[in-house]
Amino acid sequence: MTAMTDDTLPVTARTIRDEMIAFGIMTALLLVVPLTGVYPFFVMQALCFALLACAFNLLIGYGGLLSFGHAMFLGTAGYFTAHALKVWGVTPELGILIGTAGAAGLGVITGVVAIRRQGIYFAMITLALSQLLYFIYLQTPFTHGEDGIQGIPQGYLIGIFNLANPTVLYYVILASFLFGFLVIFRTINSPFGEVLKSIRENEQRAISLGYKTDQYKLLAYILSGTLAGFAGSLKVFVAQNASLTDVHWSMSGEIVLMTLVGGLGTVFGPVVGAFVIIAMQQYLAGFGQWVTVIQGVIFVACVLAFRRGVVGEIAHYFRRSL
Amino acid sequence: MQALYAQLLVGLINGSFYALLSLGLAVIFGMLNIINFAHGALYMMGAFVAFFLLNGIDVPTMTSLLNGSWLTLFNGVSLPIVGTIKLPPLEMFHVGIGLSYWWALIIAPIIVGIFGMILERTMLQWLSGLDHLYGLLLTFGIALIVQGVFQNYFGSSGLPYAIPDELKGGTNLGFMFLPIYRGWVVIFSLVVCLGTWYLIERTRLGAYLRAATENPTLVRAFGINVPRMITLTYGLGVGLAALAGVLSAPINQVRPLMGADLIIVVFAVVVIGGMGSIMGSIITGFALGVIEGLTKYFYPEASNTVVFVLMVLVLLVKPSGLTGRAT
Repeated sequence: MTAMTDDTLPVTARTIRDEMIAFGIMTALLLVVPLTGVYPFFVMQALCFALLACAFNLLIGYGGLLSFGHAMFLGTAGYFTAHALKVWGVTPELGILIGTAGAAGLGVITGVVAIRRQGIYFAMITLALSQLLYFIYLQTPFTHGEDGIQGIPQGYLIGIFNLANPTVLYYVILASFLFGFLVIFRTINSPFGEVLKSIRENEQRAISLGYKTDQYKLLAYILSGTLAGFAGSLKVFVAQNASLTDVHWSMSGEIVLMTLVGGLGTVFGPVVGAFVIIAMQQYLAGFGQWVTVIQGVIFVACVLAFRRGVVGEIAHYFRRSL
Repeated sequence: MQALYAQLLVGLINGSFYALLSLGLAVIFGMLNIINFAHGALYMMGAFVAFFLLNGIDVPTMTSLLNGSWLTLFNGVSLPIVGTIKLPPLEMFHVGIGLSYWWALIIAPIIVGIFGMILERTMLQWLSGLDHLYGLLLTFGIALIVQGVFQNYFGSSGLPYAIPDELKGGTNLGFMFLPIYRGWVVIFSLVVCLGTWYLIERTRLGAYLRAATENPTLVRAFGINVPRMITLTYGLGVGLAALAGVLSAPINQVRPLMGADLIIVVFAVVVIGGMGSIMGSIITGFALGVIEGLTKYFYPEASNTVVFVLMVLVLLVKPSGLTGRAT
């Protein structure tokens, strides 16, 4: 990777302290949301997408791999969880496990193929793989084609928490989001994360230092896919359906957009980006296809003038890493 | 057997489009180091320009432009100071020149090519020196804008474009019935592809182009205007996409999203073929079209996915693509 992150890299070394403070603020804000009267469905949806974008960011921001097919994990986990809940009647925790495991399995299979090429080819391959999966889901009976799986029962988590109650569901989603976020946070601050960053900066040198870079990239890809699938499983409880839109390439594009708006390679950027984009879709829903046009304009503007993203710009201004 | 030949012909036609599009992608990638995600949208624009040339286009009247009614989509939005927006309805008048298919074959690629060159001058050129991925993201944004605008004005359904009189009907080849227009598309695409190959591999201009791909700084030192060549190259690649769009208009109808799914298949074609060689792109494009056609006959359920499956197989066996250099 050459200049992907050159101008997004923080000036000072990353400090855990700043990031912990920011994490505390974020958690506190999210904890009080149900008290403020903000539409909880909106925040829950945004949290699912935030986790998804964070998982995507793990791959591009720290591994330098742009996946243009992350919707396949979202959709696969969604279908698996929805099918398990509705047809097999399993408990919610088992449903989430099945969905996440499905995404992990998909990550192993597609990862082995995709990591054979780098850079631009990696993006095209992941896009093609997700399109392949889209057509498979379009034709297999268990996904119910264009209709999708609808009316999914929410049930009781571990037999105690009633997920049909919006407040309970909100805190379950929030806890799951924070769990996923911390897994990613731990990963990028681990020796494994450091090796990933070295691959992003200079893969040849990482190889010459004796790292089996393919294994690192594959592991990062599987981890990213699994967490994206986790987000997809959670989304089933919020939206109560699983449909083809979640596997479509436009969804993959939205994930990229969220991360780009928030800031590629920043810890909190994807979260901010997800909230910005979901809020935009909510408020502009009446404009029909113009939402697509506006998203395109944001893409162009971000790439041309705003490559650090919201959080990246803030971090750059304060010379901190966020 | 008739059905098999018919599907083979469909495969050859799709293969022509794959070849024209992947050829353009390869030429653009060579010079600009950008994967042009907007290629599908520009292909669609080619078809629409042909449609406008034949059937005319509705444009807003001058009064409508001046009194702001072209912003009627914001009607009903309430703003802090202005209050609720209420604009008079948009008045349009019809401009029609009725240029035939043959004119469209020449004019549409030029118009779309110029549009592409404007894109390159105003946006893409600022990305040189940055990671390739930014080019992909930028052109993805452009594709969203172009497709979104067309969807707003023309919906998602298809507009019919008639086959020109000269190419109507068909001939009986003995073993199958060949609609003349379909045969024309295959032969004409092949000629254009080979012409492009000749231009790049066998002419002086092509030699400059290949040299500039290898080492732009050195070529500039010889007094050749490389930035202008880059712009023209982008125009050429985009023009090829628009030409494919014109060719497909009578077959596939003119739809705003006609290029959206196609471009993903073409990406897979490019991954299979590799972008190292012009001839490689052409052959891979046609070959994959034929394989897809055969799949439609023998196992129709897999016809949507066969190209992607082949891509996976090629990546497992020869990751650098059939003709590509390792990257």
